[in-house]
Amino acid sequence: MNNVDEIIENFPKVKQDNLIPILQEVQEKDGFISEEAVIKIGKHLRLATSKIYGVATFYNQFRFTPLGKYNIQICRGTACHVLGSAIIQKELEKVLNIKAGQTTRDGLFSIELVACLGACGIAPAISVNGEFYSKVTTESLKEIIESYRNLEK
Amino acid sequence: MSYQIEINNNSVDAQKGETILDVLNRNGIKVPTLCHMKNFTPTGSCRMCVVELSETGKLVTSCSYPVVDGMKIKTHSPKVIEARKTIVELLLSDHPDDCFYCVRNGNCELQKLSEELHIKERNIRGPKSKLPLDLSSASIQRDPEKCILCGRCIRVCEEIMGVSAIDFANRGSKSTVSTSFNKGLNTSSCVNCGQCIMVCPAGALSEINHFPEVQQALQDTNKTVVIQYAPAISVSLAEEFGIETGKDINGIMNAALRKIGFDKVFDTSFSADLTIMEESHELIERITKNGVLPLITSCCPAWIKYAEEFIPEVIPNISSCKSPQQMLGSIIKTYFAEREDLNPKEIYSVSIMPCTAKKFEAQREEMTHHGITDVDAVLTTRELGQLIKLYGIDINNIEPEITDSPHGQRSTAGKLFGASGGVMEAAIRTAYHTLTGKELIHFKINAVRGLKGRKEAKIKIGELELGVAVVNGLANAKKLLDEIKNGRKDIHFIEVMACPGGCIGGGGQHIGATEEDLKARMKSLYKIDENGTIKCSHKNSEVIELYNNYLGEPSSHKCHELLHTHYGKRNVLL
Amino acid sequence: MLNKDNNIKEFLIKNILENPSANSYSKEVENELSIITREKNDKVVILIGAGTCGLGAGAKKTILETENYLKNNNIDAEIIQIGCIGFCSAEPLLDIQFPGKNRISFKHVTSDKVEEILNDAFSNNVKAENTLAQFRTKDKEAWNNVPFLDEHPFFAQQKRLVLKNCGIVNPVSIEEYIAGGGYKNFINTITTKTSKNVCDLVEKSGLKGRGGGGFPTGRKWKFAYNEKSDQKYLICNADEGDPGAFMDRAVIEGDPHRLIEGMAIGAYAIGASVAYVYIRAEYPLAIERLKIAIRKAKEYGLIGEKIFGSDFSLEFIIKKGAGAFVCGEETALINSIEGKRGMPRPRPPFPAVSGLFGKPTIINNVETLSNIPEILTKGEDWFASIGTENSKGTKVFALSGKVKYTGLIEIPMGTTVRDIVFKMGGGIPNGKKFKSVQIGGPSGGCITEQNLDIPIDYQNLIKVGAMMGSGGLVVMDEDTCMVDIAKFFMNFIQSESCGKCIPCREGTKRMLEILESITHRPNKETKDEALERFKGILQLEKLGRVIKETSLCGLGQTAPNPVLSTLKWFREEYEQHIFERKCPAGVCTDLRTFTIDVDKCTGCTACAKKCPSNAIIGERKKPHFIVEDKCIGCGTCEEVCKFGAISIK
Repeated sequence: MNNVDEIIENFPKVKQDNLIPILQEVQEKDGFISEEAVIKIGKHLRLATSKIYGVATFYNQFRFTPLGKYNIQICRGTACHVLGSAIIQKELEKVLNIKAGQTTRDGLFSIELVACLGACGIAPAISVNGEFYSKVTTESLKEIIESYRNLEK
Repeated sequence: MSYQIEINNNSVDAQKGETILDVLNRNGIKVPTLCHMKNFTPTGSCRMCVVELSETGKLVTSCSYPVVDGMKIKTHSPKVIEARKTIVELLLSDHPDDCFYCVRNGNCELQKLSEELHIKERNIRGPKSKLPLDLSSASIQRDPEKCILCGRCIRVCEEIMGVSAIDFANRGSKSTVSTSFNKGLNTSSCVNCGQCIMVCPAGALSEINHFPEVQQALQDTNKTVVIQYAPAISVSLAEEFGIETGKDINGIMNAALRKIGFDKVFDTSFSADLTIMEESHELIERITKNGVLPLITSCCPAWIKYAEEFIPEVIPNISSCKSPQQMLGSIIKTYFAEREDLNPKEIYSVSIMPCTAKKFEAQREEMTHHGITDVDAVLTTRELGQLIKLYGIDINNIEPEITDSPHGQRSTAGKLFGASGGVMEAAIRTAYHTLTGKELIHFKINAVRGLKGRKEAKIKIGELELGVAVVNGLANAKKLLDEIKNGRKDIHFIEVMACPGGCIGGGGQHIGATEEDLKARMKSLYKIDENGTIKCSHKNSEVIELYNNYLGEPSSHKCHELLHTHYGKRNVLL
Repeated sequence: MLNKDNNIKEFLIKNILENPSANSYSKEVENELSIITREKNDKVVILIGAGTCGLGAGAKKTILETENYLKNNNIDAEIIQIGCIGFCSAEPLLDIQFPGKNRISFKHVTSDKVEEILNDAFSNNVKAENTLAQFRTKDKEAWNNVPFLDEHPFFAQQKRLVLKNCGIVNPVSIEEYIAGGGYKNFINTITTKTSKNVCDLVEKSGLKGRGGGGFPTGRKWKFAYNEKSDQKYLICNADEGDPGAFMDRAVIEGDPHRLIEGMAIGAYAIGASVAYVYIRAEYPLAIERLKIAIRKAKEYGLIGEKIFGSDFSLEFIIKKGAGAFVCGEETALINSIEGKRGMPRPRPPFPAVSGLFGKPTIINNVETLSNIPEILTKGEDWFASIGTENSKGTKVFALSGKVKYTGLIEIPMGTTVRDIVFKMGGGIPNGKKFKSVQIGGPSGGCITEQNLDIPIDYQNLIKVGAMMGSGGLVVMDEDTCMVDIAKFFMNFIQSESCGKCIPCREGTKRMLEILESITHRPNKETKDEALERFKGILQLEKLGRVIKETSLCGLGQTAPNPVLSTLKWFREEYEQHIFERKCPAGVCTDLRTFTIDVDKCTGCTACAKKCPSNAIIGERKKPHFIVEDKCIGCGTCEEVCKFGAISIK
């Protein structure tokens, strides 16, 4: 939990508008928001934990269980939808044997549905840990997953 | 600045800065509201109060929209009515069809609205949300399926109490009102004050009901079932029966309780006097012997839980006295039991309180003596109303009766406990006598009376100038205590009540009461005080008898054993 | 010649920024400027599109491969990573600027093509299939047989004001921006014009909010200008949550200084001393580029205390969104910055009067603010001369979907939809028939065949039941089901609705359920359920109406638009779904049924064995038959048939 303490030190001002930036850094460093993190943040910002929980559960970005090592974001945008993102999602769920919002048991992959990646010109698009892949097909999807599995070997 | 506006083709006066709703209310035009709360900034979330701007046809919420000079409004055009109806229909489409089984059947704002809007057909259907009940708390139960997300409970908990045990969680149609990490209310920072119940428009929040155990005890021929009722009850119970607010029906209530089957009917105002004996002694001790000051009252269990959770550093200031409910409970199972030659295990002790936190208080571990709990069950004013109806008693047709000895007599000082400032007044009357040997001639201490959130006064008692403060609403208490933490040294004695107006505004009272009703209940208590002959706790003969026969002196060893307790830090998710 | 960063900085500050009203410079200065902007280059420059689209198409590998090529061939050339020029379907793009020659642009330059293309370029023998076009520049030699970019249908009708520098300049170079004429108008404004001047000027230009609201910008600024307060705020709304919109991302990735300058001028106009950029976290590259740009602007003294000797001080703060579409709404955005749940507030009071932290606040979209520098450079009358009567200037659209060329186009208001789809977009690929263009994202509506010739502007779109929105344009062909599209948008709205007000929270949920029931076929349906289904359209219209009229914020108020718009123009398609239980576009899998071509069927029984609902009957070696009533449309039979005998009915 040292991460949280360090992050809090970077935000000395006791103001509610520091809440979301702090949560974002905790999410980035720890991969999820833990109960202990919420308690520490609440103490520092003098905010009720119910309020912090309420803010964290409002936004898509925050999770309360850890992400996979490789987090795959599937775009749910209009262009991607029209160009078949639903099929991509089904295929990915089949290949990894998990549903969107879950993480594989080995902790390697997680699937996240994102409202729109802003890459409509290259739809359907996915992003793995921030790296974008354009015009994804069910075939190229399998290759992409393989390439990450190979990294682990 | 004066404006002229047109409502439904009639010209009406308005002031700059008013909302449309202010003007409508003043002109007798009723517009439905759901999320609106008086004295709170409008959130505009329910959209029920929409009215039509004639010139553009646009619908705006009257609770938040400010009046503009020359504006023309239609409050009940077809567009507006269709909008309001559809909104209620949408709410009903995701609401359990449980009215017959619901605690708010007959007193529910959602029922009232569907009646007023003439909703007679199920136009919108769909799957309903399935969410579990939260029955973890000793005092309050939550039914999220009945929640319409108006947000009133959250605002009261945050702004009046400063507790914020609940807030909105998740988003969209998955939104809920939730504790931190959606844990049970019992592990949250909830102080059980029940103010959330008072503002809930539907049946999402209610008290934990204790009928089964009370009824069982009443059936049990081996048990002596004893009942006590808080000072506030007799001036509040009438509203449960549609009788004039503030009417004191003490005698009738005694009769009703006996008819239900309670073996002994006692008055908590008696032990309020007892509390004053102990607490004024404690105050004088601390003042004369350099004890911890200011002394803070301890009869409000929501305040106690708040202090234990949020400001445990203040615990040394809190009086070690139990609350009147607990003191009487303790005395009943010792003194009374011995006197009547009863086995305390066979006494079932019930109390009626305008409060939900008292349910929590009664089951606190400290509130036992030799393994026997002081008070076995607590019922709210609402529950008492229901119990009387359940047992078929016609309130309007019974003769009043008196309470039982040796715990039925009370001074009017004890009776004042029901109002904010009452404990303070009672304490001062007795402290004055103890310190000067004389009676306080001007027994009415107006400076501590009334509904204001904070009242302060300086009372001259002989040589001593006593600085006193009375706060109701825990957020007000925190503010005062912060001032004292930051250096204020002129306050010696503080009365803290969690609920607005004191116990008469408690979480167990009649739902739907207005500020006018609160004032009426308060006025009734003050009238009793005015007309009563025994105005001071130290003149209560039954109390004097109790000390002479059993307790000895105030603060004796026996007193500490039965009438005092201790508090400690609580670790909860704040 | 200047080649050290500090010297360039000194040079630019002394000659340009401290001389903001100058219209021309000495020959020496001009020369230096043209070197910084690479108008004159004596070394080969290779510019590779490294915006999100480019990177997504493989630009990273292209860059590595290019670096290798240069090393292996001992070529001394500069590689610059640029933003999106907007032609996404041609990415990765690689441009080369040989000294004295027009800049030439190559398309689809994946890493495997690098060697071939560079070889061709260096030997002056480029192939048509790899080449996109050449830029038309004065005083430079043209390439033979290479078309000009401004003649390419995608670019021909564009008028690039906001996108002027995107894909052209190095986005992290403040030097290029200043040398190209940037920031001096900002300094000129704060030292010679009053805030009121600026508000008037912008109002006269006719610029309207490009985020979707379409409210006159100058007039909006005046509301805040007129408020007396010790603190005012300017917020740039870079949340760009509309699925199908990526204009703002491209601007920030490609030309962040333009946005900063626009914001700085806006802050001056209203009297704000703090400017926020609220940018969605899903745009990491844009955030990165913005951070660098702000840092550089600070170094040049363009942001900070008492800028360039004026009384104006300005601070920039970046706030990242946390994933909530509703935070694109002004008051929800404000709540988000304040660290709260992103739920909107009732208006009035408007943000211009009481906004962030209760102070007067103006929120403008990225594109709106990015128009400001050009307006101040070329004047408000010039801007007002572009566009239509009620919509001045240009609009950046994100063209995507079933169209040959996808990407960003900036066109003058008044261009027709037909031109956009069939000229600039290159028409519908694969010989399919055009069906509609969805414009405005989840708040918008569709433009059909009969309205293709309407000139695009705010009013004309509203007249046909659509809306400008932020600029997302998704083209749909005969294979798109409009009911499915309506369902898609309603699904999006339901997951993004904040939940505060009843009409949006509950109403859109019920509307979505009706759309689900229309596009699905349950195994058993009761008479009541069937009746509900038939009433579906009426219910959709009524709910849509009430939600539009009573919702608290723009999200709810426009949520029914896609449904109402598709109902208006494609009612028969809805009716086919409801009454005939058919999806003509073949998208709603639950409703489709399959049929076997008896001429092709060999009776191998493979399909019958796999059919999950036993809907196929037939004897071995004899043609099989699908019982329509039992068919659930899963498509398994089509997948397993080796003879291509099965197709959608």
